[in-house]
Amino acid sequence: MKCKEGTAVLIIRVNDAFCRSCFKEYFIHKFRAMLGKNRVIFPQEKVLLAVSGGTASCSMLSQVQEGLSREAPKKLRFVPGIIYIDDGGACGRSAEERQRSNALLKSIFTETGFTYFIVSLEQVFSLPTSVLVPGTSDPDPSNPSYKQAVDQYIKEKQTLTEENVASAVAQLNIEDSAYSPEHKLALERLFSSMKTLTAKEDMLQTLRSHLILHIARENGYSKVMMGDSCSRLAVKLLSNIALGRGAALASDTGFSDPRYGDVVIVRPMRDYSSKEIAFYSRMFNVPSVFISGLDTKTHDKASIQRLTESFVTNLQFDFPSTVSTIYRTSEKLHTVMPPQSQTAEPASKCLLCLCTLDTKVGRLYLICLFFHFSELYFRLPSHQDLKTLLCYSCRLTIKDMVSLRKAQNSWVQSLRVLHSSNSFWYVVDDMASQQCPAVSHVMSYKTVFFHLFL
Amino acid sequence: MPVQCSNCVQRRAVLKRPKTGHSLCKDCFFWAFEEEIHQTIVSAGLFNRGETVAIGASGGKDSTVLAHVMKVLNERYDYGLSLLLLSVDEGITGYRDDSLETVKRNQQQYELPLKIVSYEELYGWTMDAIVKQVGLKNNCTFCGVFRRQALDRGAMMLKVDKICTGHNADDVAETVLMNVLRGDIARLCRCTSISTASDGEGAIPRCKPLKYAYEKEIVLYAYFKKLDYFSTECIYSPNAYRGHARAFLKDLESIRPSSIIDVIHSSETLSIKEGVKMPVQGTCSRCGYISSQALCKSCVLLEGLNRGLPKLGIGKHHRLHGKILAQEPLTEQEEKKLKPVNCNCRL
Repeated sequence: MKCKEGTAVLIIRVNDAFCRSCFKEYFIHKFRAMLGKNRVIFPQEKVLLAVSGGTASCSMLSQVQEGLSREAPKKLRFVPGIIYIDDGGACGRSAEERQRSNALLKSIFTETGFTYFIVSLEQVFSLPTSVLVPGTSDPDPSNPSYKQAVDQYIKEKQTLTEENVASAVAQLNIEDSAYSPEHKLALERLFSSMKTLTAKEDMLQTLRSHLILHIARENGYSKVMMGDSCSRLAVKLLSNIALGRGAALASDTGFSDPRYGDVVIVRPMRDYSSKEIAFYSRMFNVPSVFISGLDTKTHDKASIQRLTESFVTNLQFDFPSTVSTIYRTSEKLHTVMPPQSQTAEPASKCLLCLCTLDTKVGRLYLICLFFHFSELYFRLPSHQDLKTLLCYSCRLTIKDMVSLRKAQNSWVQSLRVLHSSNSFWYVVDDMASQQCPAVSHVMSYKTVFFHLFL
Repeated sequence: MPVQCSNCVQRRAVLKRPKTGHSLCKDCFFWAFEEEIHQTIVSAGLFNRGETVAIGASGGKDSTVLAHVMKVLNERYDYGLSLLLLSVDEGITGYRDDSLETVKRNQQQYELPLKIVSYEELYGWTMDAIVKQVGLKNNCTFCGVFRRQALDRGAMMLKVDKICTGHNADDVAETVLMNVLRGDIARLCRCTSISTASDGEGAIPRCKPLKYAYEKEIVLYAYFKKLDYFSTECIYSPNAYRGHARAFLKDLESIRPSSIIDVIHSSETLSIKEGVKMPVQGTCSRCGYISSQALCKSCVLLEGLNRGLPKLGIGKHHRLHGKILAQEPLTEQEEKKLKPVNCNCRL
């Protein structure tokens, strides 16, 4: 359709036919246009690519490779690193399976020549609590605007040699898949204490993002690129509405997610539908590894996320514009930024997902009333404190863990133990005062999860 | 072993509450249900003392329960309101004429005055005639737009201060989902407000006291209180787009019962970017009703029906509004686009 010469080999959307080379050009152009339009990646910045092994994130990886290897004027100008999180412990995969997929991915990563990190989810228990505190994002006064930064870089490029860049990139590649058995057990217990798949997926998402955030911060990466495609984001938008995450919709599905402060999450693949990605990776042999997740082979109604996915896919069949309409809706939503003033109190954030708390609005009295009616019969005085630290949907996730354990006597026992032990109140008191929890005083991340929730 | 009621612990539980899963006895359930509606009314400040309130009554379960609960709460908490029933006759045989009989019975049971307005007398068209012209797919648009105006016109005739409708939590959640799926940002931010904004002139504010009540609970309430209501679906509803949103919502509810309230919460807390184009409220130049365009939707729809071009109101034809206002005939090409799909004439 575009060059009108080559024979069309595939059809995108409803009417657009492309030949092979035009499609490749279209695909690459879209990626670069997305990065160029939202000018958030500065030259020489360190960017972490979050790869899950699936086709979308591997396509993103190959795009970045492609972009960095082009001729000089159009070269992409940042320093990439790769991160892969092995969540087999949460999904119930055996150790051999995990070894196998790790090895496959390692071979893919070494081919690219970028720094890579392969971490297992169990490591989340050894994180410092600073992960739960959003970093400051006060812009450095000397930090120039995007255009100025680009100009400056081009001037400096005369002096910068290729060898310098290459040597910086070929530093330590971390493959840290070792984990202690205690952590493994803790992770298994955490996930088995949640009966619904919905809560499990939610928790997995939260833990993964904490881990990525930590690695990014530790190694000086200021941006993280996620490989969410358009279809995936449409499903995410709808399921987030169903989960009660209305306030954070824009940051969860928008191009950039500023809620962590110093590390910004960007989603350059958000314009591509799953179909386009699948065609591209098939036609141009993008290496990817299929790794089964929490919801592989589950039926349609196993969790809210799974249900939404099947709903959107079916609706797309009858109404082909569904996914793009939902995508456009997400573009019109507002990313609520917390006020940046140094003098006033910073807006309080949810403990788990680090977005602004959405439960203080007066008209939501009725939502709280609903909770009141339901908790009337649970009589959990100690959890009053915990509730104030979480946003609406994180409360629901935690409620899922708690409400089912109520039936078991052992939980009541452990609650009594926690009641009396100082550590619990220490953590809760400190976090309840919340304004800037002094990291040294509060106990470790592990304690938060281990003692509070198990 | 019989389960005891979770609240009073004395009586046996007879039902499990869909919203929270608690087992309750009849009286505790009635109390909880009525109390929640009372709190909704009080905290949102829906009514003031001495107002006249029209209850939109269709004879179905929502409006019957609404009428009953409003009467009960008005007496119990002394709101000081004078209530009356307002009903709309769309002219759908086999559905609306039966439900109207139920409304007349309700009038006797609750001793509230009743007024019925019909599409025939207001617009000159019944829904059956409209469906014959339009077909089965887009007719819900006509019915909804006309009904809203009919309610307002009826209320103005009766000189009431507020209208309240029986929209329940499921309805609001379905509307939110539908607006996201259709990309209708303007409606998305408006649909969750519990009462419509009241401007100075003309438009009577409408509110939804049952906004946080689940549909299942309304059915349970009506059943246990043995209220008289009409329980058949509109015969044209299976082809509506809303059916998809409803099926999705029902599945969501089966996975997690609180999801209906979660959806409503999400829509209340989402915010729209500045700079997104939003419609501005004005008045229709032909009939004076509130509208965001030069001509209000029902005038456009009526014009289309009267001229035999039923697709005039469906889809985007803003440029043609000017022509309609000026009473000019449309060009042949424009007419062709607007004809119904299976029309056989050779124009």
